[in-house]
Amino acid sequence: MATEGKKRAAHSTVVTRVLEGDGMASPAQRRAAFDNKGLDGPIGTLVGKVATQPARVTDEDVAAVKASGISEDQIFELVICAAVGQSTRQYETALNALSEALADRTGGRHAT
Amino acid sequence: MPFLRPWQTEREAGMRLEILNNGYRFGTKVLFAIIHAVSRHPLPDAGKLTFYRPDFYGNPMKEFTHEAMRGPSEWSVADRELMAAFISRINECSFCIGAHTVTSTRAYHDEAKVAAVLSDPDTAPIEEPLRATLRMLGRLTREHTVDADDMREVLAAGVSPEQIEDALAVCFAFNTTNRLADAFGFFVPGPKAFEAGAKFLLKRGYH
Repeated sequence: MATEGKKRAAHSTVVTRVLEGDGMASPAQRRAAFDNKGLDGPIGTLVGKVATQPARVTDEDVAAVKASGISEDQIFELVICAAVGQSTRQYETALNALSEALADRTGGRHAT
Repeated sequence: MPFLRPWQTEREAGMRLEILNNGYRFGTKVLFAIIHAVSRHPLPDAGKLTFYRPDFYGNPMKEFTHEAMRGPSEWSVADRELMAAFISRINECSFCIGAHTVTSTRAYHDEAKVAAVLSDPDTAPIEEPLRATLRMLGRLTREHTVDADDMREVLAAGVSPEQIEDALAVCFAFNTTNRLADAFGFFVPGPKAFEAGAKFLLKRGYH
């Protein structure tokens, strides 16, 4: 699965970059946005919507975060972390489910 | 859609973060102007986003997305564009529905097939492996989870493990992009701009 390995490596690069690369939001804030856990107030509301109801994000949601003193660059980073985090949970859950289904077929753990 | 002032068109109102409208380096702004002049359409917001602090997100995500959408796969480019449109439809992401419906239609040369899949994949005129895969991607996108039984159904329909992995990569790319489109408020252009974008995506990919 050479090409699949390449995709997983590219995915890891995206995750590592948004969580650990240079940024204006702290690594702890970025991790909280990625996990959709532990952020209160307007930024918590925005991150929660990005993760689970993205089509419901409003101008007011973003304006409220700006009014709370969080800079646009920090919002940019935290919204990206929230989106990548939710999609990563889905991706990894599905890859694990595939691995489990394949293990049944081969009588052991499939190396996905 | 971002707040529209009385004197602004939707295009002028831009995305919800001012940095994504005007925060680009001079060279990048020149590039945007050249793209506009050559294509006769402004660069779509999905493209603009990847140029803002590209080391943070744009460059690594473009590499992932290009591999998922144009890299080696048993799925055709048209199939993967259809998956992108289908996922976007479930997420109700207007920008990405528009962009990838047009791109998959152009890739298949079959508007009715794409419309049927987006309306109801269970009754659409497609092969069983693609139908089972779309069903699984739909559940993952809607419910945020799938289990081994879901994967067994897809495998039983004749889909290879590699094809499932490839479809999941498309799903990651568009579950991410859909969220950013709606959070940042991407402008949804008209049909001509989507046609121009589809032409570009099929010729150049996501680099």
